[in-house]
Amino acid sequence: MLNTLTISETTARLQRREISAREVLAACLDQVRRVDSKLHAFLALDEPDALAQAEAADKRIAAGEQGPLLGVPIALKDVIAVRHQRLSCGSRILENFVSPYDATVTGKLRAAGAVIFGRLNMDEFAMGSSTENSAFGPSRNPWDRERIPGGSSGGSAVAVAADQCIAALGSDTGGSIRQPAALCGCVGLKPTYGRVSRYGLVAYASSLDQIGPFAKRVRDAAVLLGAISGYDPKDSTSVAQPVPDYSAALTGSLRGLRLGLPREYFAAGGLDPQVKAAVDAAVDKLRELGAEPVEISLPHTDYAVATYYIIATAEASANLARFDGVRYGLRVDGKDPIELYGNTRGQGFGDEVKRRIILGTYVLSSGYYDAYYLRAQKVRTLIRRDFLKAFETVDAIVTPATPTVAFRLGEKSQDPLQMYLSDIFTLSCNLAGICGLSLPCGFTRSPKLPIGLQLLGRPFGEETLLRVAHTYEQATGWHVQKPALD
Amino acid sequence: MAGAHMDVTDVAHLARIRLTPAEEQTLGRQLDQILDYMEQLKGLDVSGVEPTAHPFPLVNVMRPDEARPSLSQDEALRNAPAPANGLFMVPKIVE
Repeated sequence: MLNTLTISETTARLQRREISAREVLAACLDQVRRVDSKLHAFLALDEPDALAQAEAADKRIAAGEQGPLLGVPIALKDVIAVRHQRLSCGSRILENFVSPYDATVTGKLRAAGAVIFGRLNMDEFAMGSSTENSAFGPSRNPWDRERIPGGSSGGSAVAVAADQCIAALGSDTGGSIRQPAALCGCVGLKPTYGRVSRYGLVAYASSLDQIGPFAKRVRDAAVLLGAISGYDPKDSTSVAQPVPDYSAALTGSLRGLRLGLPREYFAAGGLDPQVKAAVDAAVDKLRELGAEPVEISLPHTDYAVATYYIIATAEASANLARFDGVRYGLRVDGKDPIELYGNTRGQGFGDEVKRRIILGTYVLSSGYYDAYYLRAQKVRTLIRRDFLKAFETVDAIVTPATPTVAFRLGEKSQDPLQMYLSDIFTLSCNLAGICGLSLPCGFTRSPKLPIGLQLLGRPFGEETLLRVAHTYEQATGWHVQKPALD
Repeated sequence: MAGAHMDVTDVAHLARIRLTPAEEQTLGRQLDQILDYMEQLKGLDVSGVEPTAHPFPLVNVMRPDEARPSLSQDEALRNAPAPANGLFMVPKIVE
């Protein structure tokens, strides 16, 4: 059962030569074979390539090398480029696309000795909250296969929760790491905008996108974040801020920390009573552990959904203009280039992607730009100011990660606005450019489904989030509960 | 098809997405509903507020203008749906 190990357990046992990287990978591949026909976390798997990496890691270990990820199998969302592997973004339009280069995070994982394997399922172009928008079929929640795993990084959350890998990477534009992590019962972290290079991440909304870790433990998220962070000359929006030793931040003490509880989140209309009860209990636990919870206000919270879906779709309409049927991807011919573009994009994109590109085109179009796009950018300023003001008096903010637990497949797929509203607690973090983390804080009774606690931190305040999350995790035991997969 | 807010046929054409009549119906209705929801932003006073395009204001990030290795022509064309003679093929534009 080596596939159930955490990153720190794996590296410790590899260093002691009790196990080999090849054996850990084989255990993960066995688990994929055993459960993935039911869960559909993986879109593709290149076993010979993964085995070659594991063998190379074993040689490095035998030569005395050490490293925080050396020999650890890590799976990537299918929106992060890996040289000579498929990069479909869950879309028909890129179904046969093979990446000619590595993303910066991929290169960093390689340098750290990770065994990179598997392409993980996602909502098409990271647009969605359930993975139902994948052109290749939805992933399933390991706790209840009739329910969605969340999205857009649903495959990443499922693969970690179902022990099909040791850890994974996803991307988060409006909650796409934190929401599926919450709904599947694992740890997910969206770094501060600029903390991690976006080079080689297929762009959805460039001012909001960040890559981040999915892990079984907070400590693993800290290790993985450290490995992928840092300034990159290939991404002009990455920030030249030193990368701390995130593991060193896990001191186990919350003494003196002030935690803000935004009243707008706890009074939200659609908040499930069982989710609220679990988060209230988590706040009590944090108080018991030495933190000081205080009520705060983020007055522009109610405007986040509208603001996000204007800014994100505007940016998406520009970013996805590159899929034109000429240079790469699907091509559906036409009598002239205009018809070729229309046919290719009409047949290559799924419904949600079309909806967002059309909405984004509209809010940027002449006559509507000021009323929608410019106004949304101004409200974004107000939302960011709310957070920066709150962080003058608190060290981190505590909220539910999602208003409800995992919903049923098909429940919201015909009603896009209801789907958008399910992101209500995660969107503001991306608009403000701050960091956020989600971790397990309980389960509903029947059916038993995971509940997620969200922590939000100052720009480059990941150490505080990890410290709070780790202290809470070690004092509870939610993270050791596993879904029954048979 | 013109809804209360947008003419979806027209905007889809601007976005170079060809929709079927059934898609125009469904998307048009959904987009109108979404734009109704967006109306709430109009009630907020944003006078004197600067727009945020990026969470961290960066200006003129420059790099030296030097030749660096890049993809070979073969690699750049590997994913092209219709390459020919080292080029991308497109339908005839000029008669």
